[in-house]
Order: sequence, then structure tokens, then C-alpha cells
Amino acid sequence: MVDKGIRIEGLKKRYGSGDTAVDALKGIDMQVAPGEVVGLVGPSGSGKSTLLKCLGAVIEPTAGRMILGDEVIYDEGWMVNDLRALRRDKIGFIFQAPYLIPFLDVTDNVALLPMLAGQPNAKARKRAIELFKALDVEHRAKAMPSQLSGGEQQRVAIARGLVNRPPVILADEPTAPLDSERALAVIRILNDMARKFETAIIVVTHDEKIIPTFKRIYHIRDGVTYEEAGEGRSFD
Amino acid sequence: MISLAGRDILHAWGKFVFTGIGLGLLIGATFTMAGVYRGMVDDAKVMLDNSGADLWVVQQDTLGPYAEPSSIYDDTYRSILSISGVARAANVTYLTMQVRQGERDVRVLVTGVTADGPGTPGWPPYLVTGRQITRNHYEAVVDIATGFKLGDRLHIRRNQYTVVGLTRRMVSSSGDPMVFIPLKDAQEAQFLKDNDAIVRSRARTAQNPALNRPGEPGLLDAVITSQSTNPYVNAVLVQVVSGHTSEDVATSIRRWKRLKVYDRAQMENILVGKLIATSAKQIGMFMVILTIVSAAIVAFIIYTLTMGKIREIAVLKLIGTRNRTIASLIMQQAVALGLIGFVVGKIAATLWAPFFPKYVLLEPLDAIIGLVAVIVICILSSIIAIRAALKVDPAEAIGG
Repeated sequence: MVDKGIRIEGLKKRYGSGDTAVDALKGIDMQVAPGEVVGLVGPSGSGKSTLLKCLGAVIEPTAGRMILGDEVIYDEGWMVNDLRALRRDKIGFIFQAPYLIPFLDVTDNVALLPMLAGQPNAKARKRAIELFKALDVEHRAKAMPSQLSGGEQQRVAIARGLVNRPPVILADEPTAPLDSERALAVIRILNDMARKFETAIIVVTHDEKIIPTFKRIYHIRDGVTYEEAGEGRSFD
Repeated sequence: MISLAGRDILHAWGKFVFTGIGLGLLIGATFTMAGVYRGMVDDAKVMLDNSGADLWVVQQDTLGPYAEPSSIYDDTYRSILSISGVARAANVTYLTMQVRQGERDVRVLVTGVTADGPGTPGWPPYLVTGRQITRNHYEAVVDIATGFKLGDRLHIRRNQYTVVGLTRRMVSSSGDPMVFIPLKDAQEAQFLKDNDAIVRSRARTAQNPALNRPGEPGLLDAVITSQSTNPYVNAVLVQVVSGHTSEDVATSIRRWKRLKVYDRAQMENILVGKLIATSAKQIGMFMVILTIVSAAIVAFIIYTLTMGKIREIAVLKLIGTRNRTIASLIMQQAVALGLIGFVVGKIAATLWAPFFPKYVLLEPLDAIIGLVAVIVICILSSIIAIRAALKVDPAEAIGG
């Protein structure tokens, strides 16, 4: 059992029942340690999104076990009552597009999560600014999302994923809209942040440019994963 | 916690303000309809107040003189004056008609009043300029809303009247301004025919052997004279001596004079409850329709705004935002839209009310009721959008 990070054992997900049942996940085993960034790759329809939704406590698996940090969150059923609070406090999300809230400025986009968790506004904003410093977007703290470049928006989205110091971050194709240089920059930032905040990061991707940067990759096909060592190529 | 609704409104303030203005004009129309109804009620009360009467004595079994025709002999007031508790009694006639001045005419309530001096029931209680009627014929005091001025000459039937005084807020229950003329002239005006009609009437009477007997030469003249005079008035207005109750005096008149008597409360009930009841229902229907349309517009706008934020709502739900926070975001926006609409509507109604041909009375209490109604409607209208938002699957934020 890992102290932090995430571990999945025999995770299954079946849609429907009877003759029309579809087994999207057929017993996934996976483990990501704190500070580690792993890739999750697979063709369309392989079960990537289903796995991500299960990991994100958005849909309920059919069977298996999930351990998040030092807490068993799923064991043939949810072990936590408040899945929203679980998602808010224990899981960070980074989406394909940044999906920043357009009517909040950059700082409040990030500070919103700790505010939702009950932190005072000033403290939440201070936390956001600290992350902006680490992600080199401090100078854009008062800007609206529409005033940012694509790369800046994605860095703010990363800050939002990190702001509550979750043990795991799920990144759903975070480099899809970016060119090679910016895509690699985002992966570098994710690696830095994973190390700095002791966070396990799972990056779902199709992006051939960034796959070689992972030290470990989970391939998923027809609802089954197999692990392989990545190249762990340098970002330079 | 920051106000998500407030930030969203500030971010898209133009959309909110313009939508609020549109909604406000609709709310303003609703307020105006309420104001028209209030104005009608006030017109009725003002007419009763200005008559200076405590009791209205009218023909038996009628709701006269305003809601139904009523005719009683013009000497009835003398016998009423003899009843204990009666301070003053005066004849009065009412006739709604078009009064001409040159090329234009105005719809007015011509009121015939006895020339007993100011304070007599039926007289205009105050003037803004000029003087009261002092002669028995061909003088008029008019409400300023008629547009007539001092010295103007009016045509009522075949006669001309000189405006000697102007008064204000003397209107009928239907909002027509009042023109006061001497009682005798008003009685004549009620039945005054054109010359051709008089000639034909006299000829018909002369051809009737019962009224034109060869042995009684004075009979025909007497009959024709009686046909051309009007000994009736519509009502007798009565003021009660202090120390006597209206009810006691009314009971005596009913008992001894065999006439119908209404006190102030009964007359108000007739005017508001019967005379303008249909108009009030009509206005009420308009208000219901306008309210439904306003609610539909708010619901549609809020639903559209919410649907435009589906992805953001999915993200908010995914990152752990509670349903009540999202519901509050939508509801606050609906209420904000309603408040903008209310302010715009109130201002618009206040600005355009003076231009309405009939009196529009905007009561502060109606504004408070309207504000509460707007907020309730906005909250109810936001329910559809809230339901749609709460159905959004947070998984929509995750691709695939």
C-alpha cells in the first residue's frame, strides 16, 4: 500500500446489463507514487475516459478497489459519503482545454476551490498567488482568462488542479491544443509540480510528442491495461 | 466565498442591463395597468369626496345617479330638508356628453348644480382660478383637464356658456373631467331637442284629440308647456348635521319619502364594485397576461444564460461545487435581472404616467407588492434553469 498517490486493484466498469452489457474496464491494476507522472495512452474507445471518470469519482466502478493517499475510497462500493468533497479536496483535474471560469479573474479561478472548501478568501488567494509564482504566471494574476494565451491558460488550469494539494491529479489530454514547444513545457511543469508537491499525476494522452517524456506508461486497450517503461526523455 | 452570480453579471453586464431594460418596460406596463385601475378607483372616490354629500337620495330601486339613471322631482329636496338631521340638501343632475368649443369637443360630465353658493352639495369645493357660478344661466366652472380657459365659450346643446372658473381633479368615475353649469340649464340640456323635433312634437300633440279638445282652448298649451320643461333631477345630495348619523337620516328619508338613499360607503361600493368592476377585471386580465409574459421572458433568458454556461457548470460540479452554490448562482442572477427590471419599470411607469389620457395612480404599496411579485416570479422562473443545471453531468467536463 502506498502512503500517498493512488493505487487501483482489479477495477471493473460495466455499462448496461444482460445481453447488451459492455465491459469498459475489465480489471485495471495501476499504481502511481507521489511525485510521479505517468502516461495513460490508448486508442479511442479503449476505456481511457471511463477509467478517468472512475478515478475522478464521477462514475461508480462495478468492482475493484481504489486507494487514494492513505484512504480506501472504493472497495466494491464507495467508502466515502461525500464524493464532491472528495473531488474537491483529494483529486485535482486538468482538462483538455483549460475550462477556466470566464467571469472570474485568474486568481479567483484558482482560489475558488479552497474557498469552496471553506478557506477564507484572502488565504485562498494567497495560496493561488504562491502557485502562480511557481508556474511563472504571477504577472497575470489579475487578468481575465480571455486575456491569457493558451499556454498561460493551461498553467492557470494546472494551478487550479494543484491548489488544494491533492494526492493525485488527473490530466485529460492537457497538451492537446498546444504546439510541441508548449506541450513539452506543460509536461515539464507537471513533473516539477509533482515533485514539489508530492503529487501523483496521471496524464491521459494521444500526443506523440509527449509520450516519450514519461518514465512509466500504462497502455489501455479493450478495458485492460499493461504497463511499460517509458523513455523518460529529457525536455531539452 | 465570492459571489459567482455577481461576477458573472459584472462580466456580461451589457447583456444583463439591456435584458433588464426590456423586462423593465414590460414590468412598467404592468405597473401602469395597476395604476390605471388605482386611478379609476381614485376618480370614483374623488367624485364622491368632491360632491360634498353625506347621502345620495335617488329614485327607488335604482343604483343612481352614477351607475344607473335616476329621476326624482326637483322639489323633493324641500321635503328632505324638513327631516331631522338634514343640514343641507341640493338637487343635482349628471349628463355625460361631448362639449364643443369651436372645432374641438371634449367628453365631459356636465353637472347641474343649484346656485345656492359655495359649500352647497354638488359644487366644486375649490377653484384654481376664476370664480364660482353666480348667475342662473350660461356660466360654467370647468375642470382644468378639459383644456378650456377662463373666458372660453362652450357649446352645450344649443346654448353657449362662458367659463368663469377653473377647478382641478373634478372627474367622473370614468375619468371624464366635469363641467359645472346652473341646475336649470342642466335640466334643460338633458331633454332639450332641436327645433325640428319640437315642431314635430307639438304637431303630434295637437293632432291628439284627447289633448286638443275644442271646448278647452288652454289644454293644448298646458300640455305643450309641460312637455318642454323638465321637472326632474338625478339625485338630491344631502349633508347631515353633526351629531346625527348618516344611517339615521337615511332611514328617515327611506321611510317617509319612499326613495332610495345611499351613504358614502354604499355609494363607493356601487362605483368601485359595480360601475368599474368590468373594467377592473379587464385590467386584471391584462396584468395576469403581462405577469405570465414577464415570467416566461425571465425563465427563457435565465435558461438561455444557464445553457450558455453548461461547460463551466460541469467543471464547477466536477471540482466539487455543491448544488446549492450552483442553484444560488442561477437564482441570484434571476433576482438581479428582476431587480433591474423592477427599477427600470418603476422609473418608466413614473415617467410615462402623466402622458396617459386617464389618471394613472402609482401607489407606493403597489410598488412594494410589485417588487415582491417580481422577486417571487424570478425565483420561480429560475427553477427550470436550475433543474437543467443540476442535471448536468460533471463527467461532461472530461472528454471522451
